[in-house]
Amino acid sequence: MSQIVVEKKVLNENQKLAAELREKFREHKILVVNIISAPGSGKTTLLERTLERLDKSKRVVLLTGDLQTENDATRLAQWGFPVKQIITGGTCHLDAKMIERHLAEWPLESFDLLIIENVGNLVCPTSYDLGEHFKIVMLSVTEGEDKPLKYPSIFVKSELMILSKVDLLPYVPFDAELAKSHARSVHPGIRIIETSSKGDGLDEWMKWLEEKLAAVKSGELVSA
Amino acid sequence: MRISTAQNAGAADRRRWGALMHELSIVSSVLDQLDELQKQHAGARFSKVGLRVGELAGVDVDCLRFGFECVVKDTGWEALVLEIEQVLRRQRCPGCSAEFQAENWATACPECGEAATITIAGEELQIAYVEVEE
Repeated sequence: MSQIVVEKKVLNENQKLAAELREKFREHKILVVNIISAPGSGKTTLLERTLERLDKSKRVVLLTGDLQTENDATRLAQWGFPVKQIITGGTCHLDAKMIERHLAEWPLESFDLLIIENVGNLVCPTSYDLGEHFKIVMLSVTEGEDKPLKYPSIFVKSELMILSKVDLLPYVPFDAELAKSHARSVHPGIRIIETSSKGDGLDEWMKWLEEKLAAVKSGELVSA
Repeated sequence: MRISTAQNAGAADRRRWGALMHELSIVSSVLDQLDELQKQHAGARFSKVGLRVGELAGVDVDCLRFGFECVVKDTGWEALVLEIEQVLRRQRCPGCSAEFQAENWATACPECGEAATITIAGEELQIAYVEVEE
């Protein structure tokens, strides 16, 4: 019996494709964010509020993933930015190949920001690099405050956590301080912004986005 | 990709597969890489593959094992033994250089209290080795 040492990443192919995407994003100075949450945490609503507020001179493009239906793309298209729905047909995550395929017809040089709304799932999307600058995890106050402990991987890998639906805090038994401390215990440097569809925290979120956009344009921020 | 073999499975199997789509595509990637490796080592009979799965990899090890059983059917890899080494999360303190296992997800340094420690292990999702029968 002998052994061959392999020491290779299982998702090598995805990793290679993600590296190619990253190179394209760098070349065209596009900020790419990958938004991940459980189903129903408010990803699409956050994006609606974001598009509503974004300066119309910003050139934004959106990819939104779901198992079925074009509903999210239809919701997001109202703001006039190009949106494409990725229907995964049952697959629980987006991978680099899907991103590459859906971006193929778009002239990347004419965009500043690519927002990827991943499939609602806190587990599988974690493993797939899409060439993004940042993963952003969303947790809503109608979920459990121990989710950062139950699904630590995504909280470890996310630059930013959006705590959404905070306007419901008076009506639900959710301990926001505990949720934030759980998130910080698994990822000490995680940035946290509290938002609601009524407008809470959206200025702070837009400021974060604008800062990152500026940093990508100036070449200060390069995704590794 | 080998997901197409799902069409050969019974309905009950397919229902279970729906819940482990992610692990199926991971198993698929493993077998694709083994096919490649087999080309480089023509004639060698691989008896075992060793994977390394970190607790931060976002992979359920039981699902991975079940997914492996499903996917190897009719691929020529049926006799391959799957061995999985699970890797716990380890942190390093940038302040005092202590290295420690993050118990119950607490990542603060147990030596000096530094909160912002760095993950040095636990994110692995790797093919570590294959064993070859002589």
